[in-house]
Amino acid sequence: MSSPLPGQPVLSVRDLRVEFATRRGVLKAIDGVSFDIARGEVLGVVGESGAGKSVTGSAVIGLIEPPGRIAGGEIVLSGERIDNLPAEALRRIRGKRIGMIFQDPLTSLNPLYTVAEQLVETIRTHEDMTARQARTRAIDLLAEVGIPAPERRIDSYPHEFSGGMRQRVVIALALCAGPELIIADEPTTALDVSVQAQIITLLKKLCRDHGTAVMLVTHDMGVIAETADRVAVMYAGRIAEIGPVREVVSRPLHPYAAGLMGAIPTLDQDIGRLVQIPGSMPRLTAIPPGCAFNPRCPRVFDRCRVDRPEPIEHRPAHKVACHLYDPAERSAALEAQP
Amino acid sequence: MTAFILRRLLQSLGVLIAVALIAFLMFRFVGDPVNQMVGIDTPQAEVARLRQELGLNDPILVQIARFIANAARFEFGISYQFRLPVTQLLAERAPATLELALVSAIFSLAVGIPMGVYTALRRDSALAKAFQAVSLIGVSLPTFLIGILLIYLFAVTLGWLPSFGRGQVVRLGSGWSTGLLTVSGLKALILPSITLGLFQMTLIMRLVRAEMLEVLRTDYIKFARARGLKTRAIHFGHALKNTLVPVITIAGLQLGSIIAFAIITETVFQWPGMGLLFLKAVQSVDIPIMAAYLMMIGFLFVVINLVVDLLYALVDPRLRATIGSA
Ligand SMILES: Nc1ncnc2c1ncn2[C@@H]1O[C@H](COP(=O)(O)OP(=O)(O)OP(=O)(O)O)[C@@H](O)[C@H]1O
Ligand code: SF4
Ligand SMILES: [Mg+2]
Repeated sequence: MSSPLPGQPVLSVRDLRVEFATRRGVLKAIDGVSFDIARGEVLGVVGESGAGKSVTGSAVIGLIEPPGRIAGGEIVLSGERIDNLPAEALRRIRGKRIGMIFQDPLTSLNPLYTVAEQLVETIRTHEDMTARQARTRAIDLLAEVGIPAPERRIDSYPHEFSGGMRQRVVIALALCAGPELIIADEPTTALDVSVQAQIITLLKKLCRDHGTAVMLVTHDMGVIAETADRVAVMYAGRIAEIGPVREVVSRPLHPYAAGLMGAIPTLDQDIGRLVQIPGSMPRLTAIPPGCAFNPRCPRVFDRCRVDRPEPIEHRPAHKVACHLYDPAERSAALEAQP
Repeated sequence: MTAFILRRLLQSLGVLIAVALIAFLMFRFVGDPVNQMVGIDTPQAEVARLRQELGLNDPILVQIARFIANAARFEFGISYQFRLPVTQLLAERAPATLELALVSAIFSLAVGIPMGVYTALRRDSALAKAFQAVSLIGVSLPTFLIGILLIYLFAVTLGWLPSFGRGQVVRLGSGWSTGLLTVSGLKALILPSITLGLFQMTLIMRLVRAEMLEVLRTDYIKFARARGLKTRAIHFGHALKNTLVPVITIAGLQLGSIIAFAIITETVFQWPGMGLLFLKAVQSVDIPIMAAYLMMIGFLFVVINLVVDLLYALVDPRLRATIGSA
């Protein structure tokens, strides 16, 4: 198995572009996204609905379906480029080297198969095991994700579990072949608030124990702050800002990120309170020229309406795509900032 | 589970009694049975005696009870036309209809399901589009027209297959005459089965296709893909199984309507089954046969419904659970 060399990221996405051919023309859902995730690291991904978080996850695991396609860039898993692999090779990677957890545990499991059947089938797809060995492995996995009395519960159907328990089963299914990378797309959004924290804690613990890298998509800044090592803020198919979680949460650079973190000091607002950013994200068919955020940006200036900002490494390991941080603009624009 | 079965049995019984009442009313109001049996010159005393003998002077509730009691023993009286017990007449013709219906049902499932799966999985292929077009014809053409077209092509023009009758039949045991064991019997089955099954086949194909497309969009299929399961396992395991759950219900109910709709096909092909018998009975107002046929079709639908419900519960664990706890 190709485990990453020391210092080599588990996942490296370079200038990824994903397009959807629709009746109204080609939609650029992802337009030049780059990021890395190291072994054992949790990358949080935030951004409002339609920013492209799920599409990025689907692209990484090779599940973009027509009319969508990966239109450019590279996806590298532990040093091996995977975005251009044939379908069958990609299938072998899914579940084996990259696991995925979706939002809704109620609908992620096939209602007509027992948990045992689904686990054993998945394990045996990826590992050379007898049905009996796979079942033993499945029971161990259920115990590991915290399902009580797994030898008994394993033969139950999904509807016989609560939402939180089902999400544990989903996690067991995603982890059953020991993947290097887990993509968790809003894994707790559909759950009761009371179990959300448990699931996140479990996910974090499992990934730490196994050294699994995680791409965690969520709308919950609290989850990001507690769980992620780094965070990427997406806007209209691009990464607006990416950096260490403490820095991005407490000292965001990008005006959009600042809005998300609720840290823009406007007229009578306390710092730290969540701020609703006025306006909404543009449709993919009507992305304005220049910076996609310019119609909503409180600090917009002329250049933003013509030039598209590229990510700049403003602090070590902390990138931002905003003209305010272009060294050429800094003297002029940053003077206004307190 | 037992409670569920009991409840369903009671419901079925209720439906059957309702059908029996309708059949009974037919006796009372469609025509006077005595008038059908006697001639114009029969003396009045003879008519009165017959009336008394048939129990037509008893209170109506007694008559209803007697009718239901007889029906429960499969006794529907004597046919006015044939002067033979209705039960015997129906029993003689039942094998023809049941064999035709069975072969039609098998044809419609065996062709309809694969076509539905294919059109769902290869939505954009030319063959799938051709299937879709053919299915549209199958749904919209009336049965008798399909029968006549088939006869014209395969019997008249090409001369490959017979255009009417059952061919040579073999007697099995005391009652059952089968056309399944001779070449001419099998050949005679082809055109009527296709005629009778075509509508159901296209219905099943469209149902399977729609259901399968819906299932392929579900989260659990997406998750199955994300786990790297083989495409074959996803399509023919996870997706097909979920597709067939609702299809079972419809297909089962269709079997009932296949038998009921056999009337038209049997007429077109002069197929010596119960449908043809019924049609002749209607023409000569032979009420015992009409009533018996009605009861039989009602009984059939009720039994099929019951079996389908139980089957459904066996296949779908969610339902099994709700039924089990009920
Ligand atoms: N199958 C598709 N066909 C056309 N456009 C699509 C398709 N799937 C996604 N998109 C577009 O891609 C963009 C990004 O969608 P995506 O699902 O990644 O958003 P998201 O950030 O995950 O949002 P959410 O928070 O609502 O999950 C959206 O604007 C959407 O319209
Ligand atoms: S580039 Fe301009 S419009 Fe875009 S976020 Fe920066 S300041 Fe605002
Ligand atoms: Mg999403």
